[in-house]
Amino acid sequence: MLKYALRRLLLLIPVLFIVTVLISSLIYFSPGDPVRVMLGLRAQPEAVARIRAELGLDQPYYIRYLKWLGNALQGNLGRSLQRNEKVSEMILERLPASLEMTFFAVVVALLLAVPIGVVSATREGGLTDNLLSLFSLFWVSMPGFWIAIIAIMIFSLYLGIFPISGRGGPLWDLEGLRYLALPGLILGIRQVAIISRLIRAGMLEILGEDYIRTARSKGLAERLVVYKHALRNAMIPTVTIFGLQIPEILSLSVIIETVFAWPGTGRLLVDAVLKRDYTLVQGIVLVYALLVILMNLAVDLLYAYIDPRIKHE
Amino acid sequence: MILNQEKNTRPEAGETHLKAALRRMRRDKAALAGTGIILLLCLMAATAPFVTPYDPFKQDFEVMLQAPSLDHPLGTDRYGRDVLTRIVYGCRYALIIGVAVVAIQLMVGMTLGLVAGFYGGWLETLIMRFTDVMLSIPSVVLAVAIAGFLGGGVQNVIIAVGAIGWRAYTRLVRAAVLSAKEETFVESARAVGCGDLRIVLRHILPYTLAPVIAYTSLAVAGAILWAAALSFLGLGAQPPTPEWGAMLADGREDMMDAWWIATFPGLAIMVTVLGFNFFGDALRNALDPKMKRAVRR
Repeated sequence: MLKYALRRLLLLIPVLFIVTVLISSLIYFSPGDPVRVMLGLRAQPEAVARIRAELGLDQPYYIRYLKWLGNALQGNLGRSLQRNEKVSEMILERLPASLEMTFFAVVVALLLAVPIGVVSATREGGLTDNLLSLFSLFWVSMPGFWIAIIAIMIFSLYLGIFPISGRGGPLWDLEGLRYLALPGLILGIRQVAIISRLIRAGMLEILGEDYIRTARSKGLAERLVVYKHALRNAMIPTVTIFGLQIPEILSLSVIIETVFAWPGTGRLLVDAVLKRDYTLVQGIVLVYALLVILMNLAVDLLYAYIDPRIKHE
Repeated sequence: MILNQEKNTRPEAGETHLKAALRRMRRDKAALAGTGIILLLCLMAATAPFVTPYDPFKQDFEVMLQAPSLDHPLGTDRYGRDVLTRIVYGCRYALIIGVAVVAIQLMVGMTLGLVAGFYGGWLETLIMRFTDVMLSIPSVVLAVAIAGFLGGGVQNVIIAVGAIGWRAYTRLVRAAVLSAKEETFVESARAVGCGDLRIVLRHILPYTLAPVIAYTSLAVAGAILWAAALSFLGLGAQPPTPEWGAMLADGREDMMDAWWIATFPGLAIMVTVLGFNFFGDALRNALDPKMKRAVRR
């Protein structure tokens, strides 16, 4: 198990290497000059040239990349082109807020999706099942940023229950929770709509299996059959799907963070892109890729816990 | 002889399969709803100037921020432009973006999937590893970076969203190619001396089409959703373009006193996406009846 985890961690290296090559090529070949953004359109050509030299932007692509890579390996992601702060510090400062929202959303998603999926499956074709299906189809079709704006209009502007935007403090603080509630729920409920469908499909398949008939025929209570025999087996494909959903959750969180002015890495990314802050964008993309890979690893390790048949050799 | 026989039977078998699928779709209410929505969108996009008497760009400061009324059923924005008019013209952007994005995704994704599945070996490893690496960057993060660096505009949104969606096609097509390769018709085509290109294009490609077609309607829905999100973030269609995401961003500024500006474009996105999702789900069920039980709504 430990060996497996270590090998997966080693696999990180080539993956992250390709990600960095990709993103720095993208930056290099895209039009627009960050120095022009910094100094304004009417800047003196000499001043532009001097700053370019200072930032090393006048050097060829591969030298710039190798220099950046060398620094990155030592944990130095360079300095922001616009704010002259360390990129690594800017990201670390905002990462907790983003992780907090993602964590909250994942907990909401699992707490709601599992019971909804089970109820839908045990009442296949009934009114409850159909209503839940319709709800999830509608919810998946609504743009996240639109739901966010409607929620702000209803719950913040009209009813005044939740703050409009920003972060109030850490998660365990009631005030912090009040700020987190709207963005966190919106992020989480979208996953509920997706995951509950998959749990339902998995449950339906498993409820038709022979060992379920055996369990029923030996007189086990239906509740035991559903929760102990079926659900545990239905969780295996669900965990896979959940792993595949991780990039999606992070994706939507970028948009939700922007709408709610949440001080996380997602909003930082959008700001950095709009200001052509290349070093900052490079760092943030790298961190997101790292997050996806680490979370996927965690999901894979979770398998062995849910399904004792799986042994990571 | 074998070739002739194949020529005679293949298209016919395909036809009956298609006919059966169409018959199944006609009985599906969701499919009908989806088809209706998509047709309505196309109609509005084509006849926008006749649907509404107003100009989507012309500013009229006499009627700024007016609530929905008989003259302006969905109200006006802060420049006095009719919201309904802009939504109707927005259909054009949604459809063009959706179709163009999916065309890019299909070309890139299918080519890579066909090559990976057909040739196998190191080429397959290379392509699939590359796809995996791309999958480890969250879609929005990648799209935001691409759209941002290319600069805003509808065209660059299409490129950005196209660049994130092809990965699903690569996996889908590769899996279909792998199972097609096991079929005897590929073997017989090779036996009569067909070249690689002919085998791939004439014999394997049609085999992969069913899952690809089923996925494409869902992909259009996703493309419209992501493109609107990019425009909303200020990285896509720029004002005063009547694109739904950009309109929503506009309306967000006035959400304190004009709820209608941000509400209706979002509703338009939802109905459109719902239409393509309905249609795609029904298409998938119709093309692959075996799956119907597992994913039936």
